Amino acid sequence: MSIDKSMNVLIVDDYKTMLRIIRNLLKQIEFNNVEEATDGAEALGKLRGGNFGLVISDWNMAPMTGLQLLQEVRADAKLKSTPFIMVTAESKTENVVAAKQAGVSNYIVKPFNAETLRDKIEKVLGHG
Amino acid sequence: MADPDRLDERLAEIRARHPGSQPEVVADVVRAVLATMSGDLSGQETSLLAEVEALGHTIACAKAEIAALRVDDITDNHIPFATDELDAIVEHTATATNAILSSCETLDNVASSVTGECAARLQDATTRIYEACSFQDITGQRITKVVATLKAIESKVAQIVFTFGGSGGSVATKVDALPAEAALLNGPQHPTVAMDQSDIDKLLASFE
Repeated sequence: MSIDKSMNVLIVDDYKTMLRIIRNLLKQIEFNNVEEATDGAEALGKLRGGNFGLVISDWNMAPMTGLQLLQEVRADAKLKSTPFIMVTAESKTENVVAAKQAGVSNYIVKPFNAETLRDKIEKVLGHG
Repeated sequence: MADPDRLDERLAEIRARHPGSQPEVVADVVRAVLATMSGDLSGQETSLLAEVEALGHTIACAKAEIAALRVDDITDNHIPFATDELDAIVEHTATATNAILSSCETLDNVASSVTGECAARLQDATTRIYEACSFQDITGQRITKVVATLKAIESKVAQIVFTFGGSGGSVATKVDALPAEAALLNGPQHPTVAMDQSDIDKLLASFE
């Protein structure tokens, strides 16, 4: 079974340049249906109003952080099984543990490379 | 220990009764009274009182020096200047990064119009550029941490001056309680101590 690259992907980051970078890296691996949000609250609204196969989110955002977004997603009956990758500069053990306990699918530390992004996407979508 | 609120009330009452009184005069009076008692005090007590008087003088000098620090310069000029400069760095790097990304997207479009090794080499080059451009996010987060540190220093200095210098003005004395997650928001760690991706992968695997 191959990955459905036509799925909608939501990328969430409060740095517009980071959104642009991730969007371009996704485009290079043929994910072309990408939507953006600049904080957790906006992302949650888009997730509830759309059909997304993957969320790639930063952690450190306001007013709703990436961890809070993850907790909301996992608490929502319709969204709870959506693969969720945290991409963040927060690299302490307690961060990784907190994210895992909240149900994160995978965790990428910034700065990251395209290979890591592709590898984690394949893993969470069941092809790693 | 005396209740400081009660002491403040009593001092306020005394000041109200004697509006023209000067604290320095009170100190002189106390010193004069102690001088009349000198014959009734032991050598050790006299020495101790002298130490207390010297200590009081040192504290008074320190208060005067702190009051003369001109904290207004720090809060009105130095800190805002430093934070404005740091904001400008973030803005300029964002502008430069976006210009680089625009050029990179043009190269990507060119790559999609060619085939074979040329296309692969072009895409590999643009991938490396995209990866490198993430510096803007990391430096932005580091600068945000520096700005927060400057603001904390500003607040502490103002509080010290307010406490010891009595220069007036309101100073925030309480820090809001942090929500539990705030302890997890530390931004980028120094590369020498930060976990890298392989460390994180091992940690995640330990949950499986």
